[in-house]
Amino acid sequence: MIIDHPLLGPRDSSEFTYLGDARLIDRPDPDGQDAAAAFYDYAYLRDNPAGWHRELWFHEAGDRSWLVVTRNTLTHEISKVELASDVARVQGRSK
Amino acid sequence: MRYSGFRVIKEALTGHKGWKPAWREPEPASYYDIVIVGGGGHGLATAHYLAKEFGQARVAVIEKGWIGGGNVGRNTTIIRSNYLLDGNEPFYEFSLKLWEGLEQDLNYNAMVSQRGILNLIHSDGQRDAFIRRGNGMILNGADAELMTTEAIKKKYPFLNTDDARFPIKGGLAQHRGGTVRHDAVAWGYARSADSRGVDIIQNCEVTGFRIENGVCKGVETSRGFIGAGKVGCAVAGSSGRLLGLANMRLPIESHVLQAFVSEGLKPVLPGVITFGAGHFYCSQSDKGGLVFGGDIDGYNSYAQRGNLPVVEDVCEGAMAIFPMLGRARLLRMWGGVMDMSMDGSPIIDRTHIDGLYFNGGWCYGGFKATPASGFAFAHLLARDEPHPTATAYRLDRFEKGYMIDEKGVGNQPNLH
Ligand SMILES: Cc1cc2nc3c(=O)[nH]c(=O)nc-3n(C[C@H](O)[C@H](O)[C@H](O)COP(=O)(O)OP(=O)(O)OC[C@H]3O[C@@H](n4cnc5c(N)ncnc54)[C@H](O)[C@@H]3O)c2cc1C
Repeated sequence: MIIDHPLLGPRDSSEFTYLGDARLIDRPDPDGQDAAAAFYDYAYLRDNPAGWHRELWFHEAGDRSWLVVTRNTLTHEISKVELASDVARVQGRSK
Repeated sequence: MRYSGFRVIKEALTGHKGWKPAWREPEPASYYDIVIVGGGGHGLATAHYLAKEFGQARVAVIEKGWIGGGNVGRNTTIIRSNYLLDGNEPFYEFSLKLWEGLEQDLNYNAMVSQRGILNLIHSDGQRDAFIRRGNGMILNGADAELMTTEAIKKKYPFLNTDDARFPIKGGLAQHRGGTVRHDAVAWGYARSADSRGVDIIQNCEVTGFRIENGVCKGVETSRGFIGAGKVGCAVAGSSGRLLGLANMRLPIESHVLQAFVSEGLKPVLPGVITFGAGHFYCSQSDKGGLVFGGDIDGYNSYAQRGNLPVVEDVCEGAMAIFPMLGRARLLRMWGGVMDMSMDGSPIIDRTHIDGLYFNGGWCYGGFKATPASGFAFAHLLARDEPHPTATAYRLDRFEKGYMIDEKGVGNQPNLH
């Protein structure tokens, strides 16, 4: 698989390590009402779709940036690559 | 029809005209006491033990393709019970004991071969960890032996014990481990279950569950609705997709694992050997091919095929310990979809929906578990109580903090 890094261009996927579903960006509020249930869900439960999946990849052997890659788990086709920091900011995070 | 040496000779002399299909091809009935979804090793073993040990005959196994086309027919066939933790080791040892009597139990030659498995040690820390694991195994009634480099050299003279980066410092052997003909496991269980009245329904995909007031009443399939008193799901890599139909989210990610086989060679490798510094394991099939594999690719996938970086990594592992392998040509490679759980251990439990039961999270180690998984799942389905060796495999253990994490790497499926 080739990941088209937004800053560096096409890079081999072996330069990256994989974390998982991009929903891991949305860390629950530890002071929220159902914090325990929300953290259980966040830490352990996954949609695990067969098809398009937004996921976090870390450019470990490169510029060490986190990316959100939209990839099809049935074909390994990649349709979109974004900087995770941009995605987080659009979702209202400060960093 | 019972299989025997006598039968083989008789058929040979009479033109092989007396063999019958090993199982029927029944039409689905409208209702079964127990419906098992997934005709892999685990589903078929469950059906066999339900019929044989728990007296349940109105059972169906529903398979979307053909039986044995999933991971049970794709794995590297290694069986062993060399686990550390109390939640796991009694279960895997129970499984190994069932393997030892499997062929007599099924009247089927599954080519169970206890040729031994050796986990190589490459550092002092690893030796300490393996001694601890070996002691854990012995405490649970399994066999384990710490081997010195000299003893290993004698048994496997071709191993590269003096590699500059990963010298071999010893090994943990389990002599009762080995390999089994994987397809024969599916066929043997299928034949035995069928002969006891279980309907094995192939080319029938489960497309939904009929759930009324929190009770599962049966399954919707590509061949119509099939009613059931209880539904047991054993679909391995498809667990997330299948249970998603019941609106459940699981502590599981589906990942791809690749396997490789070389051209047929004269007998060179007497047992199963695993490299302890990277991830590489290898055995030789009775046909002569070296069967080997390594790490999962490491990203979610349902593609049943992997990518080249892992091929390179596996071959590097091979060259580090078996330089002689460099001359062999690769014949085939393939991938299977693994149900990687959040702690690397499986789940055999009820769900919050009455009548719906789940068996999954086998990661890349579920082949060796096939007999015990079938037995324990049958026990749970028939008696509504977990089997004594499978009490730790609860679905709620993640929420309650009772993880069974052999490697201690946490909730990161691609590290298990
Ligand atoms: C390359 C590779 C190497 C491996 N090596 C080893 C090893 O050396 N040792 C070891 O112990 N384990 C190994 N494993 C793991 C082991 O193969 C699996 O954990 C185990 O086979 C899974 O259980 P199963 O046999 O029931 O799965 P499967 O054979 O995958 O059975 C699941 C079945 O469910 C069916 N199904 C899915 N969805 C539906 C639906 N909606 N309706 C109806 N049917 C459905 C599928 O078609 C499939 O036939 C390996 C796996 C792979 C892929």
